[in-house]
Amino acid sequence: MLLEIKDLTLLYGRIQALHGISLVVNEGEVVALIGANGAGKTTTMRAISGLRPVAQGSIVFDGTDVTRMRADLRVIRGIGQAPEGRGVFPGMTVIENLEMGAYTRRDRAGIAEDMAMVLDLFPRLAERRKQAGGTLSGGEQQMLAVGRALMARPRLLLLDEPSMGLAPKLIQQIFEIITRINEQGTTILLVEQNAQQALSRAHRGYVLETGRIVKEGTGQELLHDPAVKEAYLGVA
Amino acid sequence: MNFDELVGNFPALTITGLEQGAIYALVALGYTLVYGVLRLINFAHSEVFMVGTFTALWTWEALGYNQNSPSPAFGPLLLALLAGLAVAAIASAATAVTVELVAYRPLRRRNAPPLAFLITAIGASFVLAESFGIGTARAPFGMPTLIKSETVFTVFGAGVTNVQLLILGVTLVMMVGLDQFVNRSRLGRGIRAVAQDADTAALMGVNKNRVILLVFVLGGIMAGVAALLWNVRYGYTKFNIGFLIGLKAFAAAVLGGIGNLRGALLGGLLLGVAENYAAGLFGGDWKDFTGFVLLVVLLMFRPTGLLGESLGRARA
Ligand SMILES: Nc1ncnc2c1ncn2[C@@H]1O[C@H](COP(=O)(O)OP(=O)(O)O)[C@@H](O)[C@H]1O
Ligand SMILES: [Mg+2]
Repeated sequence: MLLEIKDLTLLYGRIQALHGISLVVNEGEVVALIGANGAGKTTTMRAISGLRPVAQGSIVFDGTDVTRMRADLRVIRGIGQAPEGRGVFPGMTVIENLEMGAYTRRDRAGIAEDMAMVLDLFPRLAERRKQAGGTLSGGEQQMLAVGRALMARPRLLLLDEPSMGLAPKLIQQIFEIITRINEQGTTILLVEQNAQQALSRAHRGYVLETGRIVKEGTGQELLHDPAVKEAYLGVA
Repeated sequence: MNFDELVGNFPALTITGLEQGAIYALVALGYTLVYGVLRLINFAHSEVFMVGTFTALWTWEALGYNQNSPSPAFGPLLLALLAGLAVAAIASAATAVTVELVAYRPLRRRNAPPLAFLITAIGASFVLAESFGIGTARAPFGMPTLIKSETVFTVFGAGVTNVQLLILGVTLVMMVGLDQFVNRSRLGRGIRAVAQDADTAALMGVNKNRVILLVFVLGGIMAGVAALLWNVRYGYTKFNIGFLIGLKAFAAAVLGGIGNLRGALLGGLLLGVAENYAAGLFGGDWKDFTGFVLLVVLLMFRPTGLLGESLGRARA
């Protein structure tokens, strides 16, 4: 098990956003976390990456309890994230943003290699290398956020709604790239409202409803589950 | 109004203005750096400057200089300047770091509201100024004249002195150095990342508290350098010396666009020059008045200052 979350509770002031969720991500998997707006998907991501302190429960990454570890130290351990809303540094160029992804690394040769790999994966970013992050289109910013997360060579990649706000053609492209990244060996926890795409590409999935996991199974099981179909796949 | 004075002395007023403005600019960097990362006005920064003036003076006294000492030859002079610079920079940086650790970090840990930071900032400023006030019996202290001011060359009939060249030269070097550090180095990029988006910076592995400490250190060093230049040029200090200079430097930072390093330089120089023109036009009593009129008028037209707010814009 690469990531194991147990009975996780998280509060925003008096509002309880997570009511004891448990989930597991195994090495090499793509795991999808689906749920409606406000279900707690982003909150779960923030808890895993350490941006929000948790009230109860535990997060174990690669055998180490990271529940109370600082966010920047979790990055060093191998948890990378492309956050919701992309979080591109608006005043840095595309290249500088990508270099920020490698902030914790010192292996110059490896960084250069990954830079070439990312620019190859997203030719669009190569064209805009000197452009400020804030001036990119939504789709380009999304690619930048994913590419930047890859620059850390994470063992676990957290993707929070990578398809949000993208044109259908780009959505297809982003999901293809996710599959490719996974095939090259990166474990992925994928948060999506686009349940169809996410589940069909995931090995396993969880369904989150108002801060609780209500269902889990393989991607195919969930895709064919009547309740999931009705609630998330727009099929009656 | 004395137009003749303004027109007749225009070159000299400009040079004096640039020289004073350079000191404002160096102090303004401290406000701007901290603001850029924490969105906080560190009111204690004026005392970070004050500590620099005293520690540089004490260094010179320890080296055997007093107010009656003759100006030393080049070798000992260089040594005295560098020793004063090093001590002032270290003492100012240490003061700035102490303020962060004692007055701000504990509040951040408790998610205190912005008003609480404002109060501790003002409190830290008072405590520092008053403890020096008590320790020095609120007396003004004169400095040894290390460099005798001499005109090196003239432009448009106005003499430019060796001291003025030193101040402008050192300021330029510090500015360029800081700009390069923030824009090119890995740590500098960490500063810009936290300034632009602190949460995402953490997701890149940036240790926010370390970046904040670094910003206080850099601002403190700049204030220490400003303090040394102040000592050389103005030759005195006092426990409350930071008040007016700090206020002007803060105004300069806002004028240029707070959170913007180049803005601090521009704002400082502009303020220094404007003050001296006003002094020429209306008389010396109007000097301090002008800076703030300029600030208010400019902010009406450009609310984010001359160069806007962002720390570390993209390199072209
Ligand atoms: N910073 C915050 N402060 C207070 N409540 C929040 C905050 N962020 C999210 N919430 C609340 O927590 C719940 C889960 O939000 P979120 O994790 O963003 O959902 P999702 O990503 O699934 O759309 C929602 O009810 C939301 O309103
Ligand atoms: Mg969300």
